[in-house]
Amino acid sequence: MTVGIEHYITVSILLFSLGLLGVIVRRNLLVIYMGLELMLNAANLALVAFSRFNNDLDGQVFVFFIITVAAAEVAVGLALIVALYRKRRTAHVEDLTLMKL
Amino acid sequence: MSIALIPWVVLFLPLAAAVLITLFTGKNRELSAGLSIFAVVAGFGLALLLTGVNHWQTSIETTTDWLSVGDLNVEFGLRIDSLSTLMLLIVTGVASVIHVYSWGYMKGDAGFSRFFACLSLFTFSMLGIVLANNFIQLFIFWELVGVSSYLLIGFWYQRAPAADAGKKAFLTNRIGDFGFLLGILTVWVNLGSLNFGVLAQKLGADPQALGATATIAALLIFCGAVGKSAQFPLHVWLPDAMEGPTPVSALIHAATMVAAGVYMLCRVFFLLNTTALSVIAWVGGLTALLAALIAVQQNDIKRILAYSTLSQLGYMVMGVGLYAPGPAMFHLTTHAFFKALLFLGAGSVILALHHEQDIWKMGGLRHRMPVTYWTFLVGTLALAGVLPLSGFYSKDALLGAAMEQHAYGLFILGVIVAVLTSFYMFRLVFVVFGAQKRSETAGHAHESPPVIVIPLRILAVFSIIGGVIGVENVLAAHFGSTRTLGLVGQVIAPFADAPIAASLGLLAAGVGFFGAYSLYRGAQSDPLPGRLSVMARWMRDRFYFDELYEATVIRLHDFLAAIAAWIDRWIIAGAAVRGVHGTTEIVGRLLREVQTGNIQTYAFLFALGVALVLLFMLK
Repeated sequence: MTVGIEHYITVSILLFSLGLLGVIVRRNLLVIYMGLELMLNAANLALVAFSRFNNDLDGQVFVFFIITVAAAEVAVGLALIVALYRKRRTAHVEDLTLMKL
Repeated sequence: MSIALIPWVVLFLPLAAAVLITLFTGKNRELSAGLSIFAVVAGFGLALLLTGVNHWQTSIETTTDWLSVGDLNVEFGLRIDSLSTLMLLIVTGVASVIHVYSWGYMKGDAGFSRFFACLSLFTFSMLGIVLANNFIQLFIFWELVGVSSYLLIGFWYQRAPAADAGKKAFLTNRIGDFGFLLGILTVWVNLGSLNFGVLAQKLGADPQALGATATIAALLIFCGAVGKSAQFPLHVWLPDAMEGPTPVSALIHAATMVAAGVYMLCRVFFLLNTTALSVIAWVGGLTALLAALIAVQQNDIKRILAYSTLSQLGYMVMGVGLYAPGPAMFHLTTHAFFKALLFLGAGSVILALHHEQDIWKMGGLRHRMPVTYWTFLVGTLALAGVLPLSGFYSKDALLGAAMEQHAYGLFILGVIVAVLTSFYMFRLVFVVFGAQKRSETAGHAHESPPVIVIPLRILAVFSIIGGVIGVENVLAAHFGSTRTLGLVGQVIAPFADAPIAASLGLLAAGVGFFGAYSLYRGAQSDPLPGRLSVMARWMRDRFYFDELYEATVIRLHDFLAAIAAWIDRWIIAGAAVRGVHGTTEIVGRLLREVQTGNIQTYAFLFALGVALVLLFMLK
């Protein structure tokens, strides 16, 4: 059996869905964050796969950028979570509903 | 000064006086009265000058454009022809006398300055009607007259009957005016102009120009006259209007304003066609008879005169309906003199008796108030139509017109009204001035001061000679006849033209006099109710018109008003306005619940949205 683009896409979709599920159902902010990262990487995987099967490097360039931005985002995001935890003594989303009217 | 400028000055002098009094001189009573009197007397002088220079001949029209919207071009202009000059003289002349009289009558009243301001405003509005050269202007002044009449009837607004009477007069007039406005619009739509001169020309060139709407238009315009001249069925406001001060009753509700309806009909006589004229004649005749019958059994001196005014206005309207606008205006002129005289005489009596108006509490005033008595008697004789006095000539002209048109029904009606007129007027004279005093106040009455008595004398003179000073010639010329009579010709004219009418008119006056003489000479109470029983009660209670209107029109109106209020409260304010606001609020409250503040909910909804979009895009 040869590995075709369908397989990559399927894995990518599975990863993305797992990430989304994590974001939606888990309560802890850190775990949600991990879900987000998973979704990003699912997208990366899909891009690399497309790039490979189209013989076009644009997709891979995209991925480099995404990884860079994601690293920066993680740095900022984790810092925010730590700061929030220090202030509110919790990292659970049910307790962080300040945006409610 | 150019001759065309005079009417403008005459028109605006009283307005200036009214404005000055209201804004500046309200505190200074003498100055206020002086201004008002000056304005109207100067107006009379200028009107005389105008007549002297113009000799009734040419008609002058000066106009300025006032507003023009699309096809409608409304001008503001004054029209001077023999008709308006005559009316100008009557209005300013009678108003001058009454203004002077008011100074004496209203002395000591708290609203003295206000009274004169209103009186001047009225004079201005009335002159506006007289001089108007187009329908819109006429209508504006017509309404202004209604307003000033309202202000003056309700002058003693602290008294509930006076305030109510003012309201009643205004509202009743509005009904007529509504028809009038519709009539004006009908004319404008069909003929495209509102200027009297232009209209007359158009109708002269093509009598069928109004087509099928001719009768409707004429009757709608007549509605205005029905309201203003208090014709049946809108006559109910005039007797109540007697709640106003007596000079007001004399000026507005006897001599000038109520005559405006007749004047207007004469002014637009060319618009009226045969059908409309016969309706007009019968409405006038019916009003004359009805009012005369009611007047026989009234006991309030001013109300008797009010019903008498109604009756005489009915005569005039009947005259217009009988193709006799000239005689109608003639009667209007003489009536203005003697009815103003009678009202002022009544005012003099009322003042002497400390505002007692019940004639059965008067009596024996002949010796105590000789000048008032004699002038009042002159007015009575003139009104009854006794030979050389003015009323005889004008009434005869109207009866003659009925003969000429072979309207024998109206002629007989006219004669009956003449009998009744003579009867109720002599009843009034016998009860008030004859016999013995019936109350202490009547015993202590004494003659009024010169400021009141002199106007009486002046009006008495005109009541006597008003029939033979050439009024008829002027009117005949205006309405297309070429006849001019010398003094002697005027004196004998009735007998030369319509001997039957003249003699029957005289006979009627005599019959009325002897009826009143036999019943009321020396009477201590009214013998008539005993003899006529039910009929007398109906006459005294004014044929229950007020009660009838109360039960029908007012009830219906209240019912409609209640429905309108219900619709407003529950449909418009309730369902429509509150419905919109309520729905918005409920939807808002529901949507608010979506905003939980929980990031995960947002994320879920967001993902759901994206999924839906994808589904939609990829399908």
